[in-house]
Amino acid sequence: MIQLHRRHLLTAAPASLLLTGCDALTRNPTAKAIVESGEQATYRWQRLVGRDGLAREFSAADISPTFKVNGTHEPTNPKWQQLSAGNFADWRLKVTGLVHRELYLTLPQLRALPQRTQITRHDCVEGWSAIGQWTGPQLAPILKAAGLQGGARYIVFLCADDYGGEASKGGLQSASRYYESVDVVDAFHPQTILAHSLNSQPLSTGHGAPLRLRVERQLGYKQAKYLMQIVVADSLAPFGGGKGGYWPDRGYEWYAGT
Amino acid sequence: MATDAPSVPHPRRVLRHHWLVRLTHWLNAAAIIVLLMTGLNIFGAHPRLYWGDAGSVDERERLWLETGASPPWSAPKGWLEIAGTRFDTTGLIGVSQSPKGTTSFVAFPHWATLPSGRDLATARTWHFFFAWVIILNGLAWLLYGLLSGRLWREILPKRRQLTRAHLWNDIVEHAKLNFPKGEAALSYEVLQRFAYAGVTLVLIPTVILTGLAMSPGMDAAWPWLDALWGGRQSARSVHFIAMSGIAGFLLLHLVLVVLSGPIRQIGAMITGRMTIGGDK
Repeated sequence: MIQLHRRHLLTAAPASLLLTGCDALTRNPTAKAIVESGEQATYRWQRLVGRDGLAREFSAADISPTFKVNGTHEPTNPKWQQLSAGNFADWRLKVTGLVHRELYLTLPQLRALPQRTQITRHDCVEGWSAIGQWTGPQLAPILKAAGLQGGARYIVFLCADDYGGEASKGGLQSASRYYESVDVVDAFHPQTILAHSLNSQPLSTGHGAPLRLRVERQLGYKQAKYLMQIVVADSLAPFGGGKGGYWPDRGYEWYAGT
Repeated sequence: MATDAPSVPHPRRVLRHHWLVRLTHWLNAAAIIVLLMTGLNIFGAHPRLYWGDAGSVDERERLWLETGASPPWSAPKGWLEIAGTRFDTTGLIGVSQSPKGTTSFVAFPHWATLPSGRDLATARTWHFFFAWVIILNGLAWLLYGLLSGRLWREILPKRRQLTRAHLWNDIVEHAKLNFPKGEAALSYEVLQRFAYAGVTLVLIPTVILTGLAMSPGMDAAWPWLDALWGGRQSARSVHFIAMSGIAGFLLLHLVLVVLSGPIRQIGAMITGRMTIGGDK
């Protein structure tokens, strides 16, 4: 009995030591800094080989029968609730920050701009994909209308929803306002649109009514829903946790092209 | 007359593995272990596999593999379902014990994943760093293999080894655990060549290309990537299947190293040198 017990300890102890060691290594600041350098390498590589690449566009037959709703299903924010109750008649998209002219755009104004419709694949960081048809104005002409000042590096999207996270996703789980950001290359990409419709229907509450971002060469968490404001910025530090997005603040890559 | 007896060859130390082979071997080993363990953690965020472009919990038409847990919740059952056939995998897949002894509802148990608990963000960061390691390391190895000719001399099966009799002989020798001795140990036998060529030239390139095909940024840059596999979800499935092949190779490789003289084999892969002759 004792021998068995000892043998068990002898084999189990090194294994568990090794595993605790691995977990400790993932929290070591030097190790973290080294592995996080991979994101910069990936970002630069994808900009090098595919700066102007277009995400694949699918045919109507490929559209997913059900497009899964993920993240916030309905914002609890009273302001958004009030806007939703009024069918977003009082909703305005603010465009501010390093711009020459601040813009306050209504939904009819956004719908009056030249529209782009694209059937694309939405890839969730969890691993699933869904195909949907998105319609809305391109972001580029809106930014051009506002006029970017010198030093503009990031386009930040402020949303209406507070999100509490999911245990399965790891990282900090405190609730906070959702936001996201992209660089100027993705902001001016022809497939980057502010979508008001999914599959020819106005966005449902779950999919981000009244307006959401589509930045088709990145993962699902970049596709910010419930848009309220666009801020042109030279730094991501003033926003949220400073990493450029709700999930990037919780350990996920800011550049979500992978 | 004793002097006429066939003399036992003098033991001699020979260079068995070039330094570049040794370096890339160990970097590759470290990368594969981290990629396997972080990959199993990532899989846990969505433990389902599909064929085609799309697939989710709301679109299960092309689902072919899934893991999960079923009641009774006092003693939950873990399961793995492949093409409609469900296997009870309690304790290993779907339901396992956490290090604290509590029941954990994860696809793969804590000892198989990195980090040990669910942590998609950290697992992804580590996975993509080591993806760069395995790609750059693999390219260095391939370049060396092509330029030195080692790829043909050492890795790809030789034509004379591809006869039925030769293959059968090597299978029998492996089954009897008779491993090459003396000069013969300086060159790989045919099964070993198939295994090494299969892993380095088929399975690792497959996991790299399917991994890239899961990246929306790379699919936009290189549209042939996801088309090559018949869609992103197919690429994810093939990534998982090729990973299983690499894990199987790793296991077999370790068992055979242990059976064929681990000190000598591992020593040779560290120092590059191996003693030939003098042994039985």
